[in-house]
Amino acid sequence: METPAVHHGAMFDTDELVINMGPQHPSTHGVLRVVLRLDGETVVDADVVIGYLHRGIEKLSENRSYTQVILLTDRMDYVAAATNNVGYCETVEKLMGIEVPRRARYMRTLVCELQRIASHCLWLGTHAMDAGAMTVFLYAFRERELILDLFEEYCGARLTYNSMRIGGLPQEIPPGWDRKVREFCTIMDGKLVEYEELLTHNRIWRERTKGIGVIDGAAAMAIGLSGPSLRGSGVPRDLRRDEPYAAYDEMDFDVPIGLAGDTYDRYLVRMEEFRQSLRIIRQAIDGMPEGPIVGRVPRLIKPPAGETYHAIESPKGELGFFIVSDGRSMSPYRVRVRPPSFCNLQALPQLIKGHLIADVVVLIGSIDIVLGEVDR
Amino acid sequence: MVDAVVIPLLKIVIVLVATLTAVSYMVLLERKVIAWTQARLGPMRVGPHGILQPIADALKLMIKEDITPARADRWVFTLAPILAMVPALIVYAVIPFGPAVEVFGRPVTLYITDINVGLLYVVSVTSVGVYGIILAGYASNSKYPMLASLRASAQLISYEVAVTLTLVSVVLVAGTLSLVGIVEAQREAHVWYLFAQPVAFALIVIGGLAETNRAPFDMPEAEQELTGGFHTEYSGMRFALFFLAEYANMIVVSSVATTLFLGGYLRPFPNVAAFGVLDIVPSWMWFLLKSFAFLYFFIWIRATLPRYRYDQLMRLGWKVLIPIAIANLVVTAIVRVLLVARVGADG
Repeated sequence: METPAVHHGAMFDTDELVINMGPQHPSTHGVLRVVLRLDGETVVDADVVIGYLHRGIEKLSENRSYTQVILLTDRMDYVAAATNNVGYCETVEKLMGIEVPRRARYMRTLVCELQRIASHCLWLGTHAMDAGAMTVFLYAFRERELILDLFEEYCGARLTYNSMRIGGLPQEIPPGWDRKVREFCTIMDGKLVEYEELLTHNRIWRERTKGIGVIDGAAAMAIGLSGPSLRGSGVPRDLRRDEPYAAYDEMDFDVPIGLAGDTYDRYLVRMEEFRQSLRIIRQAIDGMPEGPIVGRVPRLIKPPAGETYHAIESPKGELGFFIVSDGRSMSPYRVRVRPPSFCNLQALPQLIKGHLIADVVVLIGSIDIVLGEVDR
Repeated sequence: MVDAVVIPLLKIVIVLVATLTAVSYMVLLERKVIAWTQARLGPMRVGPHGILQPIADALKLMIKEDITPARADRWVFTLAPILAMVPALIVYAVIPFGPAVEVFGRPVTLYITDINVGLLYVVSVTSVGVYGIILAGYASNSKYPMLASLRASAQLISYEVAVTLTLVSVVLVAGTLSLVGIVEAQREAHVWYLFAQPVAFALIVIGGLAETNRAPFDMPEAEQELTGGFHTEYSGMRFALFFLAEYANMIVVSSVATTLFLGGYLRPFPNVAAFGVLDIVPSWMWFLLKSFAFLYFFIWIRATLPRYRYDQLMRLGWKVLIPIAIANLVVTAIVRVLLVARVGADG
């Protein structure tokens, strides 16, 4: 990229420095590339380049049966595969008008919230790591490991779960699994205190995050932010409460919002979401109804002609699926995903302008993106 | 002949070998301590509990290809790591590991030399080390190292001032620049200067972290921002020199701080006969123990805290540390003058 020389004064000629952050950079969380124009260490302009992880998942879906698409969705937000599964399955169910049994809806809620904690653990670890706090990273991954173990016991996989089916669940929960989930909740309660001791009241952490990347509620909505990044700016929008899916309408939980819209508030919102997720998990286990786990699903999944959009609250924000069926074929005519990471990433240039290089990595961490989902 | 040449040479060899060993084991210690903090095991493969890891690391770095980037300034690129390493080693010339002891019936001092401007020597030599970093960033002809070297120079200048001013107040209390003199002054004063000059101690700890580019002030090599910083383009043995220099500098700062504030090689309560039993531990062991405590503190800090931002670090240096250092100096000077006046009146 060529940049014109900018003259600031008569005495010295100073040029802006163009620096490539990524796609191979330790803090760009995968293969994000940010082209920064620097004046000293201050970012004058930022250009986000994506597409390094594009696998054409939406197009691939047009050549797969509806069931096969589920495992493609695993590969989008690969740190929260289960929520992707839920989002896709519920969209197809909506298209076909399938009723999901209550037990399956409870299980979905439970799995989604476990997944949210796992995803937030990864976010917390990498976010803190970007600011130089190494230990939090290892601690957060230690707890994420416990969740992966739970998932492994449930569906055999640790990353790409393929854990949902259209109309319900692939299998019953293993015996004793609910007890293990409860134990995990108890462990997590204590660990959250540990994270907060290391960060929340840490002077350096506060100085690094307060007032960094401020975006007000109106601007955040205008740019299409969603999830914790939006709630950090004080907009109380949470699809779990506003447009309940799975069994969220039967759950009791709070939607934390921030006030300042800066990195610190987004951090606090996610930290509180850990607690709310634990609360939902406990309710889901306590109130888990008996009954079948799969609804009345036709043997051949062939939705009637039509289109539908359905969105869920993934750990990163509004994850929506738009599916068109032509009513004749076994595979979707068109699948379009509204990925939260992609939309949230649009705010990055706006957020980092005027900040320092050190803030760039903190802000990338703060909006919590997964490149698998950005590029699909 | 023996006293003038052989013994000093022997001492130099011993100190150099010990330092280099200590530096490589410092790396292992850091990896181990951080691993334990983070609920990991750290190096476990080479030897029992990874005890031989430094040797494996050294071998690996020696046989690695040594790359010079195509458009780098060859000479400066080679010179920079040497410039970083050498000052870190020659500081040990004045650090007193112990008082004079008898070895085979011959009085031997447990320091290479004791010069009357010892502290000044330490300050001047250690500040040369930053040229290694600046030149490395410049000679690499690469953007990230360049930014890192600019950070390093700005950081060093701002902290050098605060640290040096703080050292002056210690000198005022001790009345000498000689490091041995300062230790002996603490013996006479019946108190470690940690307690006589607590503010100065805090300043030196913070400034020491900043000057050695250690977390939370490790901006010049901020891995997450600058992909390794000034040594991004270095590989093999030249990289190893930077790596060793950083740890050697840590040991220097710990040793100097131990000497100035923790009574150096003195045992705790050197004047209280009741604690005479502590003399079983030789003086140099006390020195090593105290320095070790410092080093452990450095590692502990690194495992705990996030990194400061560059501008915040500068603000801390210029707006907080330097004013405090000046205030501390003025107060120390006034108290000193008043004390001398009173002692003079008594006498």
